[in-house]
Amino acid sequence: MEGTALLGRVTWRTATVVGLHDETATARTLALAVHDWPGHVAGQHVDVRLTAPDGYSAVRSYSIASAPSSDERIEITVDRLPNGEVSPYLTQEVMVGDELEVRGPIGRWFVWVPEELGPIQLVAGGSGIVPLMAMIRSRASAGSTAPFRLLYSVREPGAIFYRDELQALSSHGESVIVTYAYTRATPKDWPRPAGRIDAELLASGTWSSNLRPTSYVCGPTSFVEHTTDLLIAVGHDRERIRTERFGATGERK
Amino acid sequence: MGIISRGFAGRRSAADAKLPLGQYLTADFPVLSAGPTPHISLDRWEFTIDNGSNVLKRWDWKSFRALPTENIKVDLHCVTRWSKLDTSWEGVSLDVLLADVKIDLSYAMFRSYGDYTTNLPMQDVLNKQAWIAFKFEGADLEPEHGGPARLLVPHLYLWKSAKWVKGMALMTHDKPGFWENLGYHIYGDPWKEQRYSDE
Repeated sequence: MEGTALLGRVTWRTATVVGLHDETATARTLALAVHDWPGHVAGQHVDVRLTAPDGYSAVRSYSIASAPSSDERIEITVDRLPNGEVSPYLTQEVMVGDELEVRGPIGRWFVWVPEELGPIQLVAGGSGIVPLMAMIRSRASAGSTAPFRLLYSVREPGAIFYRDELQALSSHGESVIVTYAYTRATPKDWPRPAGRIDAELLASGTWSSNLRPTSYVCGPTSFVEHTTDLLIAVGHDRERIRTERFGATGERK
Repeated sequence: MGIISRGFAGRRSAADAKLPLGQYLTADFPVLSAGPTPHISLDRWEFTIDNGSNVLKRWDWKSFRALPTENIKVDLHCVTRWSKLDTSWEGVSLDVLLADVKIDLSYAMFRSYGDYTTNLPMQDVLNKQAWIAFKFEGADLEPEHGGPARLLVPHLYLWKSAKWVKGMALMTHDKPGFWENLGYHIYGDPWKEQRYSDE
């Protein structure tokens, strides 16, 4: 990864929008064909640059949602922020065939590679699922059998990204164990009232600390602060917890 | 100029003129940290200065807070592209902490609770450019923003302003810290857009 990923990482490349798919009422996945894409590993992000006719440009970072592949294509999933500058354009204006500019991949800390065989605990809050989904997809495409669990917190059932794919990836042998947490509204007949993740739910939805998993926690700041405190309280090593946070206006992810 | 994005107008404001290239303005205070937030009690907090072999200076919270402080109003620029203008801090200047330390080494590695590190040239640490800050907008600095105390070096990208700072080691040669080892720029000047190691 080092060689290819570093060379030309800061070069802006033309990305053609080759597919659009709505994940939820506010989130959309963009499939991009990136000329000379150097390849990436799961968890990395790209900078996306939009330019207005007068030359004004705006850049935001988005996590890559897709597994590494050799076909010079990547997917990003963008959640629309009510007062965003870039996310409304990417989720509402962009059409197949449009060209954007991207550079990357960026990031060498919040990443997972299939050579890692140990147990992995993923904890996602809202659109924090995106880089974690890249890890789940990378595991599947590489045929890895590393033990994976995902604890995925959403406001309500309609806010789940990648629902069918997660269902498929969690329903066969050596699969990913997926646990959902609902903070505002639950599906019908759900055994737990809606609410933030507590110690009990965390225990039922994550690997025991005895297994010494590596944890990747991604979501809004308050979510990451809360869930990492819970993980540490039940004995997870602080050194084995990697985090990525975004604030109210942070368009990262 | 890049490829024109069909139908993109963007949003500009007078404040954008004050921003380094590639930054956008935010009113809130996003948090970016590589791991869990450490919660450090003031009884066990300390800040030390060493030269790689000997501890030259050591403060506990009480002696640190007895030092003269300054109120600082500065702009913050994060490598993840948000900027926040006119933030108010209170802290102790590194000039005070280093006042009777013989500075014969050109670089420093700052270290934090939680094992974060970041490197700085001493010429960026001295002369009213860096503080150990413990109050933000008049209130005690929250743990998620680096409390009880963080380094504040506002003329460089914010990852240089190490949260939960606990010490510094003087060094003869520059050496990358945590993010600098992971592809971020060794120096990190936002006005030169020094985000990554190859630019």
